[in-house]
Amino acid sequence: MVENNVDTTGYTLFWFHRLMIFYGLLFVVVEGLALLDLGVSPYAGDVFHETPLIIYFFHFVIDYAEIVFMMADALTAVALYLAVKDYNKTVFRKQKYALEAERYPLDCLELIRTPKEMYYIPLKVAMFYLLNPFTILSCVAKSTCGLNNAVIALFILCTVKGSSLMSAIFLALATYQSIYPLTLFAPALLYLLQRLYIPVNWQRSSFWLFTTQYTFMYLGSLCVMVCLSFFLLSSWDFLSSVYGFILSVPDLTPNIGLFWYFFAEMFEHFRLFFICVFQINVFFYTIPLSIKLKEHPIFLIFMQIAIISIFKSYPTVGDIALYMAFLPAWNHLYRFLRNIFLVSVVLLACSALFPVLWHLWIYAGSANSNFYYAITLLFNVAQILLVSDYFYAYLRREHHLTHGLYLKRKDGSEATLVLK
Amino acid sequence: YYPPLRPVRSRWLALASYSVMCYLAGVAWFMGLAFEPFTLRTYMSENAMGSTMVEERFPAGERALATGREFAAHKKKVGGMPVDWLVKTMQSRGLEVFTQSFTRKLPFPDENKERYMVRGTNVYGILRAPRAPRTEALVLSAPCSEGNNNNQAVGLLLGLAQYFRSQIHWAKDIIFLVNEHDLIGMQAWLEGYHHTNTTGGDWSPLQGRGGSIQAALSLELSSDVITSLDLVLEGLNGQLPNLDLANLFYAFCQKIGVLCTIQGKLQRNDWDTTSGYSHAAQTMMLMVLKQASGRPWGDHGLFLRYHIEAASIRGINSFRQYKTDTTTIGRLLEGMYRKLNNLLERLHQSYFFYLMPSLSRFVSIGYYMPAFGLLAVILLLRALDLWVQLGASPPGTEDGVAGGVQVSYGPSSPGVLSILTPVVISHMTGVALYTLPILSQEMAVQHFPVSETEAVVLTAIAIYTAGLALPHNTHRLLQGEGTEEGWRVLKLVALLYLAVLLGCTALINFSLGFILALSLVPIAAFITPHTPKALSAAIMVLLSPGCTLLYCVFVFQELQETPVSLQDGWMLFLSVISQGILDHALYGSLVYPLLALLIYPCWLLLWNILFWK
Repeated sequence: MVENNVDTTGYTLFWFHRLMIFYGLLFVVVEGLALLDLGVSPYAGDVFHETPLIIYFFHFVIDYAEIVFMMADALTAVALYLAVKDYNKTVFRKQKYALEAERYPLDCLELIRTPKEMYYIPLKVAMFYLLNPFTILSCVAKSTCGLNNAVIALFILCTVKGSSLMSAIFLALATYQSIYPLTLFAPALLYLLQRLYIPVNWQRSSFWLFTTQYTFMYLGSLCVMVCLSFFLLSSWDFLSSVYGFILSVPDLTPNIGLFWYFFAEMFEHFRLFFICVFQINVFFYTIPLSIKLKEHPIFLIFMQIAIISIFKSYPTVGDIALYMAFLPAWNHLYRFLRNIFLVSVVLLACSALFPVLWHLWIYAGSANSNFYYAITLLFNVAQILLVSDYFYAYLRREHHLTHGLYLKRKDGSEATLVLK
Repeated sequence: YYPPLRPVRSRWLALASYSVMCYLAGVAWFMGLAFEPFTLRTYMSENAMGSTMVEERFPAGERALATGREFAAHKKKVGGMPVDWLVKTMQSRGLEVFTQSFTRKLPFPDENKERYMVRGTNVYGILRAPRAPRTEALVLSAPCSEGNNNNQAVGLLLGLAQYFRSQIHWAKDIIFLVNEHDLIGMQAWLEGYHHTNTTGGDWSPLQGRGGSIQAALSLELSSDVITSLDLVLEGLNGQLPNLDLANLFYAFCQKIGVLCTIQGKLQRNDWDTTSGYSHAAQTMMLMVLKQASGRPWGDHGLFLRYHIEAASIRGINSFRQYKTDTTTIGRLLEGMYRKLNNLLERLHQSYFFYLMPSLSRFVSIGYYMPAFGLLAVILLLRALDLWVQLGASPPGTEDGVAGGVQVSYGPSSPGVLSILTPVVISHMTGVALYTLPILSQEMAVQHFPVSETEAVVLTAIAIYTAGLALPHNTHRLLQGEGTEEGWRVLKLVALLYLAVLLGCTALINFSLGFILALSLVPIAAFITPHTPKALSAAIMVLLSPGCTLLYCVFVFQELQETPVSLQDGWMLFLSVISQGILDHALYGSLVYPLLALLIYPCWLLLWNILFWK
């Protein structure tokens, strides 16, 4: 297979088709469409793993695919812009109340955020998404990841605006597309509760009432989508072909994630066990993070999106672009970041090394998969460090805001904070 | 509690001494690679080629020479490739014969080989494997060259074809290829064989094919007897064939008793003497320079792109007493093909990344990479130092507060624009250097009394030199915004950029990466706007990529024991530039775009720092 692909005209474009974003590319959708037109189930082949709604969506817009992908990216940027703007307003209002109530220690004044500094953040977020090379790459390659990002961005926007119905619908749509956004349910619920001033308290009936309401809206719209898919194709094929494909990871084509090499090397009889471990890993962080960050649901959303894009079974560079767009929103954490320099250098170097090692492995045949996987591993470690660094910085700032900036031990010496 | 940062001066000194030490250690490590006790002896890794016995019986050297003479006569009569004669001869030897015609218009005339509009024909015959399904193939090629060159090679090729036809143990198709116009013909044939078209050539499709090609040898032989055989490994973009192919060649030379060389240098046993060491070092340096050039150094060079292990074997006739006749060379080739025929899978057991200080010794990637790593680490140290200076909390420090350093938001706050301007302008210059020479040749020819080739080369040099004036113009755009922090950020960007760039280059082509690192790392490490301007500017120009190329030309000539005068060296330098551009246009060599689009802009960034106001 590799030999036939050598140096076709689109050689330079081809490597990132295969390597960065092999999952969910448009030409796969085209294949599905062709099968559908022939009256065969689009899942009959082994290539197409998109949801039925996507295939019907492209049934109408396939001729304008380029424009659709560009629009999706623009939509994501606008949604993020509005969401962050609104969120910043909320943050600023809260800060004002806290200041008026004199809840902050005196030496924390330098941690207070100013409107001047916050003014450009929404614009920076939108630009960070649009100008990110990963976004551009993903858009040029026509990856459906751009559409998923748009859905998630709309979900965030609706949540921040406090529209629980729309939030539930978009969350359901995102879940329907790729399962993993399921973990965003918790932060969305927390945020909506916070907005309605309902405390997270097991004994309060208002808490249970709203939770049930939101859950029903979410499950209801999810149900509608799944049933709609069934009526469109009049078969349940898509369940195993879309969700089974995501969960059981049968396709081990190299990508920037952690799954492919691991499962390519593994003995067959351990496979089920480790797939469970790997998949539970993605969902597991929701519980501790929700407990720790229950006061800060938007930061929790950021953490969850990042975790999904690192640990999901077929990650693409488009996923990374989405969570990286949020980094300017946490600019004020900059002083507490510990190894941002190291991490950004590693991320940059890895992004440059991906195509080089891919070239050496597939085209030149002189390196092998271990070289490439080493870089994948490093890239993901750097991402994990980046996310945990931001997590630490966020918690630390909150800690300082309640306990004062210059911490003293009991004996009067300077104290350092440790994340536990 | 963390101690305050050390005083600037002593920190600068410490860093400078670390940098110098790393640099010297890197160079010393590299030079040490040629020292025999530090190298490994080559050994055959591939089982299928190692233990099996082959008896070589090729008898017909004299007849092959006669065929060669006949070929020469026909070549002379036709004034080019005697296609009809070759087809007839190959058919009479029982091969399936096909031809492929191709035309190619070069972007500008090639003055070295005197060609512009190239039109030619490849002739190849396939010997079908009698013993196995025809899914794999081997290639033996000989170029049809101008003048009296390589007639013996074609003769031997035809002789071997006849002899191989009578044998029954072939499990792979053997393709005998006579290609015209050396690499251009080879490129056309390979692209036709693999259904690709990367460089926009125009060729007719192939009518017959064998299986997927496993290995290829290209034969160059211009005399009836030879004194030694030279092995050429360096291919396109510095790619090398699997080391087992070289091992195979060496093993058969030992067995049959043929003198063999690499880089035209015989092997010596006196490694413990100075002259012995310098001989090995010269051999290795020649390999490094050839690999760094990214050119295919023989007709085999283009096979490597298609994941086919290939090498050129070149017969050399010098004044030495001991001569080898064509029958022996035929036996050698027979043995090699018999062993390659035994392969069960592609050659992959041995190394792909290596340097050879002699034919029986090699240095693998694990040994030579530290030399590059020591140079690259200087860049990273410098970047780290700048980062600390820029006032961020030092990485690894637990407490962002205790340092007492006030950080504005992000290190890029001193105006992203003031950094972006030089970066963008430098890259625009790079793009101009890449595109303009070929685009503007017609205009240049109309206005100046130069040939097309000269026009291309001189335009390239002119744009390269014009880039030196950039800092002044950049500042006009900026209206004197340059701050102390500004150049630090720019330098940080340049250092990281250079480190990533050189790292990637060294992975694909170690020699190129290392040579560039040798010249660029010192200036990247020490350049600031506060160093004495005239002196630093002179050093920077002397260490710029263009001048590095000039030195490489002289060193290469010196190592090949054909030293040139300054005048000739300059002419050679000009022709090397035109060859580089041609290699890129014809075969897709990446060295010219790499230098023009990435390395040169990176150097311009450093140049901008020197003239930061």
